[in-house]
Order: sequence, then structure tokens, then C-alpha cells
Amino acid sequence: MKHRQDILFKNSLGLLSWAFIAVLVAMILSLLHMSGLAWEKIGFSFFTTSHWNPVKHQYGVAAFAWATLVTSLLALLISTPLSLAVAVSVTELMKKRAGRVFGFFVDMLAAIPSVVYGLWGIFVLVPLMRTQVQPWLFENLGWIGIFSEVPYGVGILTASIVLAIMILPTMSSLLREVFQTIPLTQKEAALGLGATKTEMIYLSVVKSSKSSIVAAMVLGLARALGETMAVTMVIGNRNDWMKSIFSPAQTMASLIANEYVEATHDLHLSALALVGVTLLMISSVIQLVFRAIYARGRK
Amino acid sequence: MSAEFTPSPILQVENVNAYFSGFHAVKNISLAVPEHQVTALIGPSGCGKSTFIRSLNRLHEETEGATLTGEVRLAGKNIYTPGVDPVEIRRQIGMVFQKANPFPGMSIYENVAVGLTLQGGFSKVEIENRVEKALRSSALWDEVKDKLKKPGTSLSGGQSQRLCIARALAVEPKVILMDEPTSALDPISTARIEELIFELKKQTTVVIVTHNMQQAARVSDFTAFFLMGELIEMGITKTIFTNPKERQTEHYITGRFG
Repeated sequence: MKHRQDILFKNSLGLLSWAFIAVLVAMILSLLHMSGLAWEKIGFSFFTTSHWNPVKHQYGVAAFAWATLVTSLLALLISTPLSLAVAVSVTELMKKRAGRVFGFFVDMLAAIPSVVYGLWGIFVLVPLMRTQVQPWLFENLGWIGIFSEVPYGVGILTASIVLAIMILPTMSSLLREVFQTIPLTQKEAALGLGATKTEMIYLSVVKSSKSSIVAAMVLGLARALGETMAVTMVIGNRNDWMKSIFSPAQTMASLIANEYVEATHDLHLSALALVGVTLLMISSVIQLVFRAIYARGRK
Repeated sequence: MSAEFTPSPILQVENVNAYFSGFHAVKNISLAVPEHQVTALIGPSGCGKSTFIRSLNRLHEETEGATLTGEVRLAGKNIYTPGVDPVEIRRQIGMVFQKANPFPGMSIYENVAVGLTLQGGFSKVEIENRVEKALRSSALWDEVKDKLKKPGTSLSGGQSQRLCIARALAVEPKVILMDEPTSALDPISTARIEELIFELKKQTTVVIVTHNMQQAARVSDFTAFFLMGELIEMGITKTIFTNPKERQTEHYITGRFG
């Protein structure tokens, strides 16, 4: 005989959980509904073209999708080694107390609002990129192609750097927790064989945490793909294909944020909703791919 | 071996004291570990035998707050002389731990080869030969020769522990330290490892910590009895178990405490 209290408790929590799923489904459905008009008028070429001109009713998302992927992946490229470095120093290299304090400050980065990152980007990072970093890269490495544009300060790389800092706390705190659970015996196995501390960290800590590193990347990428405010403030908002990683560009999220207020025409609004759908699809696919890699790594 | 004969020591320990942030775990211990013999360290939990064995390859100092005084001479040279690299010492004095700890990200082969890879300077063929030799010495070769590429963690508990022994053997250490190597294993796996320890003295010297007195009696040539961080007595195993000098030893081996 089940207790009445337990039944009530279980059912009410169950209801709340299902309500949550229902909200999610409703959101996706309404987004699809809103984007229906654009899908009808433009069709599949929405995904394959990159002309975005609301005046002429031309809508194509390809350039923005590309810029979204590039900024997020660049951010991941910067943030993965950094967060590994932070997690390793905090758990393995620093004294326990110093590690805790340091970890706390890294976690605090997560508490900074997106718009504040954007302001910092505008006032500090953009001028620095324009006057120092980009001219140097352009002059010395411009021939490579990815640095082949005159420096504006705002643009893909600047957005990636801001994103990298924003996803660092998420990634490093996950890695930190994983590294903390690595059994002492596994570290002593390496030390006992005559591994130096560096070799021990590689053998016992990093090498055995491959799947957790992938998991941290999933979390970081998920945050980077959808991040809007800070990116909008530093990416330059140019509706065109990127020519180099210095190009001012537009991500899907920044496009929606920039144009939503001014979109008066139904088709324009609907096209923006379709951009939202595209963003949702891309981030879901990436999540699934990474999850598959993670699951394989764990086996 | 005969009771009258004492072989030359490979390790000489003199006045070793080990501490954990002020706690005096090992108290002024001096003893000699004879070469090509098995020396067992016995005593009740918390008697300092594990701390002591970890001071023989300078692993003790890896714990935060751990300190040590005294001398440990390996083939005559003090491993605690300032300037001696602990990494170098641990390459000559291998260790097998209480819980089998193969590296999770590595295959069986890589697990055995890792010590050689760390040292560097071995050709691929040399590594292959050494891995096979180590796996044969640890009586694991026949069981794993067809699945060397499988993960090291896919083996059973007893096999994993023999893999860890092979890993330690591959670098051909002068001494192998074993810290309760069978305490997590079933009786059959334990018996296999005990046989192995007996064979190992041909190629190296074994120091084994055990809380199992029967095991000490079965595998060792010499036994040292520890109590509360002190060495009560050390001698030929048979003598310790049949005719100990100290009353505390007698009480322990007859099961009055511990």
C-alpha cells in the first residue's frame, strides 16, 4: 500500500517536469509556425544563399550560419587549451588553498553579464585589436589568407576572443571537477614508474579524461553558439561573407538581435524566425555529434 | 635459504623518520633489505608499514605536508642526498599498489611499455621484447598475447594486478615494492601472485607489505614486524614465525591483536 503523500509528491513533480517539456515543444512549434511564411516564399534556397536584403525581400542565411560556426569554433579553439591549463594548475600544480581561491575567481567570470563582456570588448579589446594585434598579423601573416583584411578592430576574431573568455569558466570548472575525481592511485601509478610531474599529469590526468574534455567542449560550444549580446556588440554586424577572421560579420544570433526591432514586414519577421530555427537545428546537430563522440570515448 | 646465510643488502635504511604534517608515522627505522630475496613488512593497520615502503622510492614526499629524515641507500648510494632526482630513483625502484591501477586510456601493451617510453632511448623492437618478457615474467603472456591492443582496464582484478607487476618489471628495476598487492583479490588470484613473487626474486628484489601473516610466511625470506611506527624486529621469516625474540611479535603472529 503506497502512502498518499508519496503519490501526491511523485505526481506533482512529474507534472512539473512534463510541463517543462511541453513548454519546450510549444516554443519549437511556435517558432516553426512563425517561420512558415518565409519557408513558403523562399524555400530551401534560404539555407544555400547569402543575400540578406529586407528591402528587396532577399533572405539567405548561409553567411550568418558560417560566421556563427567560425566564431564558436575559434572560441573553442582558444578556450579548450586555456581551460585545460586552468584546470590542471588548480587541481595539480597549486597548493590546495591557492587552487581553491584561483578556481573561485575563474568561476566568477561566469557571473559577469554578457553585456558587460560586450562593453569590455568595445572599450578595451576592439581598440587593442585594431591598433596592435590585427596590424601585426596583417603585415606579417597576411599572405596566409585568414589574416588578409585591413584591421577594423571589430569582427570575427574579436568576437571569438570574447566568447572564449565567456566559456572558459564553464569548461574549466567541469574539467576541474573531473580531475579532482581522478584517484590518487592512478597518479601514483605514473609517479611510481618514474614519471615527472608533467608526464604524470599527461598520463594519469589528461589522457584518461579525453571524453570529459569532449563533454566540456560540448558545454562551451553550446554556450558560444547561442551567445548574442556580447557578440552583437563586437562582431561588426556586416551582412556579408567573411573574407578573413578580421572581417566584420554577423552571426545568426546577432542578426536576430539587430533586426528584430526594425522588422516590420511579415516576411522579414518570418525570415528572422527561420534564422532562429536554423540556429536551433545547427546547435542540436552539433550537440548530437559531440554527444556521440563522448559516448564512444566513454566505452 | 639457510638460516645462517645473509646475502648482501641492496637497500640499507638508516634512522628513517617519516611525518605527515606533524604526525610521526615512521619512527627511527633502520634495516637492510637483502638482494634477490623477498622481504615482508607485517604489522597491524596504521603501524606505518605503508608509509615506510613509500619512503623507499621517495613516493612519501609526494603527499602534501609529508616530510622525512634519515638515509636510504640503494646499492650504497643515499637516495635522499640533496640533488638526487626522485624520478631517477623511481625508475630503479618500481612499485605495485594495493589496488591494481592500469592506465585507463591505454592498451595492455601500452600499459607495460609506458615505463620504457617514459625513459626513452629504446627502439621499437627492444620495447616489444621487453614487454613480452615482462608479461611472461608476470605469468600473463598466455592470457593476453592475442589481445594486446585491448584496453588495460578490460582485464579481471587479478590480471590487472599482474599487468601492473609487468609494467613495473618492464623497466627492469633493482627493487620492486609491493604495497598489499593482493588485498583486493580473490584467493585464486592471490595464489597466482604469490607464486609470481617467488619467481621474481631471480631477477629482482621484492619488498612486500602485507597484513596477511600467512602470506608473509608463504612468500618471504625475511620478515620485519612493525608496530605503532616502530620496527619491533626483523629476521629470517621462519625464525620470526616460529621463534620470535620479542613478545609483541609473538602476540601479533599468534593472533592476540591486529
